[in-house]
Amino acid sequence: MNHVASKNLNLTLKIWRQAGPKQPGGLKTYQVRGISTDMSFLEMLDVLNEQLIASGEEPVAFDHDCREGICGTCGVVINGQAHGPDSGTTTCQLHMRRFHDGDTIVIEPWLAKAFPIVRDLIVDRSAFDRIIQAGGFVSVNTGNAPEANTTLVPHHVQQDAMNAAACIGCGACVASCKNASAMLFVSAKVSHLASLPQGQAERSKRVLNMVATMDAEHFGNCTNTGECEAACPAKIKLSNIAQLNREYMKAALLSKE
Amino acid sequence: MVTVADTPLDGRCPDGNIASRWDQRKRDLKLVAPNNKRKYTVIVVGTGLAGGSAAASLAELGYNVLSFCIQDSPRRAHSIAAQGGINAAKNYQNDGDSVWRLFYDTVKGGEWRARESNVYRLATLSTSIIDQCVAQGVPFAREYGGTLTNRSFGGAQVSRTFYCGGQTGQQLLLGAYQAMMRQVSGGGIKLFTRREMLDLVVVDGIARGIVTRDLVTGKYETFVSDAVVLCTGGYGNAYYLSTMAKTCNVTAAWRCHKRGAYFANPCFTQIHPTCIPVSGDHQSKLTLMSESLRNDGRVWVPKTKGDTRSPDQIPEDERDYYLERRYPSYGNLAPRDVSSRAAKERCDAGFGVGPSGMSVYLDFSKAIKEDGESVIREKYGNLFHMYERITDENPYKVPMRIYPAVHYTMGGLWVDYNLQSNLPGLYVLGEANFSDHGANRLGASALMQGLADGYFVIPYTVGDHIATRKVKPISADRPEFHEALEAAKSRTAAILNVKGTHSTEHFHRALGKIMWDHVGMARNEKGLLHAIEQIKTLREQFWHDVKVIGSGETLNQNLEHAGRVADFLEFAELLARDALYRDESCGGHFREEHQTEEGECERNDADFSYVSAWEYQGIGTESILHKEPLTFVDAPFGVRSYK
Ligand SMILES: Cc1cc2nc3c(=O)[nH]c(=O)nc-3n(C[C@H](O)[C@H](O)[C@H](O)COP(=O)(O)OP(=O)(O)OC[C@H]3O[C@@H](n4cnc5c(N)ncnc54)[C@H](O)[C@@H]3O)c2cc1C
Ligand code: SF4
Ligand code: FES
Repeated sequence: MNHVASKNLNLTLKIWRQAGPKQPGGLKTYQVRGISTDMSFLEMLDVLNEQLIASGEEPVAFDHDCREGICGTCGVVINGQAHGPDSGTTTCQLHMRRFHDGDTIVIEPWLAKAFPIVRDLIVDRSAFDRIIQAGGFVSVNTGNAPEANTTLVPHHVQQDAMNAAACIGCGACVASCKNASAMLFVSAKVSHLASLPQGQAERSKRVLNMVATMDAEHFGNCTNTGECEAACPAKIKLSNIAQLNREYMKAALLSKE
Repeated sequence: MVTVADTPLDGRCPDGNIASRWDQRKRDLKLVAPNNKRKYTVIVVGTGLAGGSAAASLAELGYNVLSFCIQDSPRRAHSIAAQGGINAAKNYQNDGDSVWRLFYDTVKGGEWRARESNVYRLATLSTSIIDQCVAQGVPFAREYGGTLTNRSFGGAQVSRTFYCGGQTGQQLLLGAYQAMMRQVSGGGIKLFTRREMLDLVVVDGIARGIVTRDLVTGKYETFVSDAVVLCTGGYGNAYYLSTMAKTCNVTAAWRCHKRGAYFANPCFTQIHPTCIPVSGDHQSKLTLMSESLRNDGRVWVPKTKGDTRSPDQIPEDERDYYLERRYPSYGNLAPRDVSSRAAKERCDAGFGVGPSGMSVYLDFSKAIKEDGESVIREKYGNLFHMYERITDENPYKVPMRIYPAVHYTMGGLWVDYNLQSNLPGLYVLGEANFSDHGANRLGASALMQGLADGYFVIPYTVGDHIATRKVKPISADRPEFHEALEAAKSRTAAILNVKGTHSTEHFHRALGKIMWDHVGMARNEKGLLHAIEQIKTLREQFWHDVKVIGSGETLNQNLEHAGRVADFLEFAELLARDALYRDESCGGHFREEHQTEEGECERNDADFSYVSAWEYQGIGTESILHKEPLTFVDAPFGVRSYK
């Protein structure tokens, strides 16, 4: 229970380096020494980058911002696992105590057709924004809102909505899926809004448009392997995908729009 | 010697009854006709709560909005990390809250250093924010019957904080982001992600556009507009270690300052009492443990100096619950500045715990015993989980260890009541402005302010600028645009050309240490003078010795960071000078020379009841001080006691 005293690790890193979207890429090997087990994974990469700058080599580009597991900016594949070995944990919240002295760690970017590589470990996830643009909202202009307590939302409904709304938009679900499907991400937003009274008016239109955009953005099909749920740092449940499928069927059958 | 401008600065507040000032201002503001709005372009820089809500609301009105952010998606702005909640004077609890009480708590919390009129408007608008967010589908916590529920935050004796677990900022930002995305698909907003604003373009004295660098291609661009709305957040990263996201910066605000916008109260910085302590030299940022935890957590240290027993071995009567002892009526919910100093006092006196002795306990055992672990888990589950991941300790079993850290900046660009800076056409919203929190912000009030500014103030005031000044279309071929573009380019080139021996990180950490040691929780004249000299020296070293690898024509995060650190090195001096000039203690600004026997702030209303707004005169030349006098009629000066 109590914190185990920190140790220092020497590690071999194999990191994907790629100068730009159209340039060739490949794994490059680096050694880092004296990595404290109290460091976060990104702090370990900071150490490497300082080392590279000192030796005159370009630092490794990786996306990050909050370093608290909430902004969804970070995300790399660590030894084949999106966001690394810990469940419910983003790359920035993974700590080096999870590794052992002498380990080799392979670090790669999200690999998916819909997420083109920008540089090194950074990818372009703007397809997610376009999916939300297709309908991941409630159409209510500022100033139009009724008094907040007019519509009651039972506690359990709010909890379900909150659990789905917790998605941080990181893209690990896509990266971990052999089909590069975005179903978990899309289902999280569809379920969040479908479960609340405020989301009802556009319920059918929303799911149809979001799914159409998802397909147009070259995300793959879902074959229910469940890898996405295992990789998701926000613990978005696979049951959301089942709900998405139901919502979609219902909308496709009944929609008059 | 500081030069003080002769004419006092005017916040241009309406007069009359405080409760009807905003209505009166809305009556007086000129309008732009609905079908004329699309002829006007408004640049909104930043997509946090302030920028996101502003961009969406302005586009809904019909303006042509250009929206910029550093991140790859607007949804990742720093606001996403806010945990605890958002205040609103709904009085759903029937516990005595009202618009007036929220107003009064905020003025008192800020130690009478904010503008009364602004704060009253903020309190009034707070209730509409909750309505708006609920309508967007923000899943605020609910009672079993389905009504909205509340928690308490520091500095208040009523329960008025609305929340979504420990992810309130995330849910509010996603609400604003989704409203933005709706406008993007409708064509009202053009989105420019991974673009950093590097300069403001001023034409004939009016803000008319910006210069940006595309962070992927390195390309510089200029954008023309009829108004510029700056929502670029706070400058806490001047201290290197803070709870702010890594890309938070002062660059956009600082470049506007260099173009003539006054910078107000930079020394009003907030150190948050409940953060995870520093664990080693590798530390790259600090993590907040939300103030909401103090609803159920009790803060204590051992009564004996240097007591190394594990916390469960220390009996109840050998524990010093120092906040409950010193501030019996607010207890663990004493405001942030007060709680932070109290923690520092105990640790400096040798009572701190943990390996370095620089932390105190935040203990949930009583709440877990009384309410059960599941209740605590539902309220704070994600925070406990985060704590355990970082520290490797389970807070359901062992008390958390916490220590204060830089968290928020009350200072920012000066704005009038309309949120317009002294540069016409430049509006500043959210944490980037200075307006509503005085010398100390109360918990759960930043989210409220950002959204009030963006949803409910700027949609009214920006039109007035366009209509009264009759702004005319201009082209980006004007020399002012070329000049600003070249200035931005040459600054980046200069950084790349230094080719020194130390990394940007090295300089940023060194600056942070100076700031934390001398311009942090406790400040004094000698330390501040020393800090100013050290900052100057470090700045010179930076320009002779920084080593940035790579080119300006590709994605180069190291170069981006270097540009921001270069600006922090200029800005930090102003922050320290402001702290030196303000020879009183108030809120987050604690001058050791001015304290009571019990170590509380000694404010000096006779000499310092004003906003300090600094006018840039060049690097190495002292800025001119403009004073905006503050008067308090509806919340008259009082003693800020939480005892
Ligand atoms: C950990 C944490 C928890 C918090 N919890 C709470 C809470 O519970 N309740 C509360 O009320 N407040 C809280 N706060 C404070 C609150 O979150 C912030 O004050 C608020 O979100 C700031 O919002 P903003 O829109 O002003 O700026 P930000 O959210 O910081 O957004 C800034 C935007 O500007 C952009 N930007 C910055 N510089 C440039 C540039 N040069 N060019 C282009 N774009 C730029 C960024 O990309 C970003 O989009 C918390 C703060 C922290 C750090
Ligand atoms: S569903 Fe999970 S893995 Fe996918 S984007 Fe959301 S948070 Fe990331
Ligand atoms: S950096 Fe924000 S989630 Fe990892």
